[in-house]
Amino acid sequence: MSSLRILVPVKRVLDYTLKPRVNKTQTAIDITGLKQSMNPFDELSIEEAVRLRERKVPVDDILAFSAGPAKSQDVLRTAMAMGADRALHVVEEKEDLEPLGVAKLLAQVVKDEDRNLVILGKQSIDDDAGQTGQMLAGLLGWSQATQASKVEVEGDVVTVTKEVDGGVETVKSKLPMVVTTDLRLNEPRYASLPNIMKAKKKPLVKKALEDYGIDLKKRLKTVKVTEPPVRKGGGKVEDVDGLIGKLKELGAL
Amino acid sequence: MYSIARHTALRQARSACLNAARPTVFQQSSLARLLSTLAVLEQREGKLNSSSLAAVTAGTQLGGSVTAILAGKNAKAVAEEASKVEGIEKILYIENEAYDKGLPEHYAPLLVENIKKGGFSHIFAGHSAFGKTLMPRVAALLDVQQISDITAIENENTFVRPIYAGNAILTVESTDSIKIVTLRGTSFAPAAIGSGSAALEEGLDPKSAPTAEWVSESLAKSDRPELSTAERVVSGGRGLKSKEEFDKIIPPLADAIGAAIGASRAAVDSGFADNSLQVGQTGKNVAPQLYLCAGISGAIQHLAGMKDSKVIAAINKNAEAPIFEVADVGLVADLFDAVPEMTEKLKK
Repeated sequence: MSSLRILVPVKRVLDYTLKPRVNKTQTAIDITGLKQSMNPFDELSIEEAVRLRERKVPVDDILAFSAGPAKSQDVLRTAMAMGADRALHVVEEKEDLEPLGVAKLLAQVVKDEDRNLVILGKQSIDDDAGQTGQMLAGLLGWSQATQASKVEVEGDVVTVTKEVDGGVETVKSKLPMVVTTDLRLNEPRYASLPNIMKAKKKPLVKKALEDYGIDLKKRLKTVKVTEPPVRKGGGKVEDVDGLIGKLKELGAL
Repeated sequence: MYSIARHTALRQARSACLNAARPTVFQQSSLARLLSTLAVLEQREGKLNSSSLAAVTAGTQLGGSVTAILAGKNAKAVAEEASKVEGIEKILYIENEAYDKGLPEHYAPLLVENIKKGGFSHIFAGHSAFGKTLMPRVAALLDVQQISDITAIENENTFVRPIYAGNAILTVESTDSIKIVTLRGTSFAPAAIGSGSAALEEGLDPKSAPTAEWVSESLAKSDRPELSTAERVVSGGRGLKSKEEFDKIIPPLADAIGAAIGASRAAVDSGFADNSLQVGQTGKNVAPQLYLCAGISGAIQHLAGMKDSKVIAAINKNAEAPIFEVADVGLVADLFDAVPEMTEKLKK
């Protein structure tokens, strides 16, 4: 029976409660001075990794990973306060990495660190691409289970219930495997103050993109970023008859 | 002076003639020869998933040839049905039961082999559960940066997609030689099944060994219209208070107007409604003629999934709820009174 060596990639994104604003030059979202946090789906990934250990599934260690600016260390510390054992940070200040680039980096980390289970969020709430986990599985030739709402590990077999259109589907595979998390998987814990203090002492290794020697040249060019057309409310009606009347007038009924 | 003026006039006339003699159609067709789309069609138990025909629509918008691909048990029979779809030139079918469940470990190598052989410039698939799980794997195997969930095609390299839960619209240009793109279903109508006469051809089957195994599925059964393609949607939120109330209040109104049922994340998380009914950034995107919601406040994550609806109507007892900022018609009322009253009046 093989024990789990888990990798959990996390991303620092604009906090989900904030409304994004397009910058004046229409080249990006203006995030300066706004609160950023761990991508909500990545919290579920860390939580699931920690719960596997708490469910007495043998877990060797849980490695949290992030690629991005120096501030990404905040989310790695949060991951460690939630229960990750150590962290790896690939520092990149200039560019936002694309999912394919991140997947290539992760594939190298998986090899360097001898991982056998990678748990990622199903999407990041900034780019909404939903690609990295599947790309990583493809690059490694591993099984994948996306949008997991339940993960069970028995020996070296992982059984995952996935959310699909119209319901759920269950698949199983031997390790190694890539799993991406959906909202229903669990409820992430809050990091307690003692655990936040302890997390400061856990090892966090910093590396540079160059250390990996992977070509991460961007494939996509941003032409422009614009605000979506604004929808204006049409006002209120007094009662149900008014509502039905207005909907008929609008041709919706 | 005069001669210069004459020259200018002549040149203008000549260039006008030249432009007329070289119609833009010609330019398009020389470009179109370089464009070839592979539309990935979904099938389930021998039935074509018509929403996946949006991939054909995208291919025809682009110009150039459109080939469709289908795999699974009875793929040939499904391909025959799909051959009537307008806009498809050729259908590659791979008849092999192993592809029935659409396991990506299995299906991705199949697509990769057929893409390489066919030399396609564009691969389009729906941004459905199937497309979402499969296409990024295919993209990685071909070393391509995929473009997810697009809402429009600007040209053969440039695509439009929402980011940040639809709070911004990104126009992005791909430098990859193959474009792998998933499509938002509400932005591309399925190609019509009509008088098409696509040629059928057997596709390559790499017969890769599966690494994962399909175990079971449990799909919510419903006689109502399918949520993501319904003309009308009635949606309920946390304001319904319990599953019992949700089931008592929402379905009768939906049935009275022939609508599909949707729900907010709060309603799904509280167990009032099935996960598959969730509308929003992390659930389904809908754009029906009418989106009628009750007890939904209108968080940005919810608006992301429904703000392209033609008409939005909201019933909420909080007059300050953000949903009223986007609703075409709002009614400030207790939904436990208003919804049953509306159901009664619409039944008549």
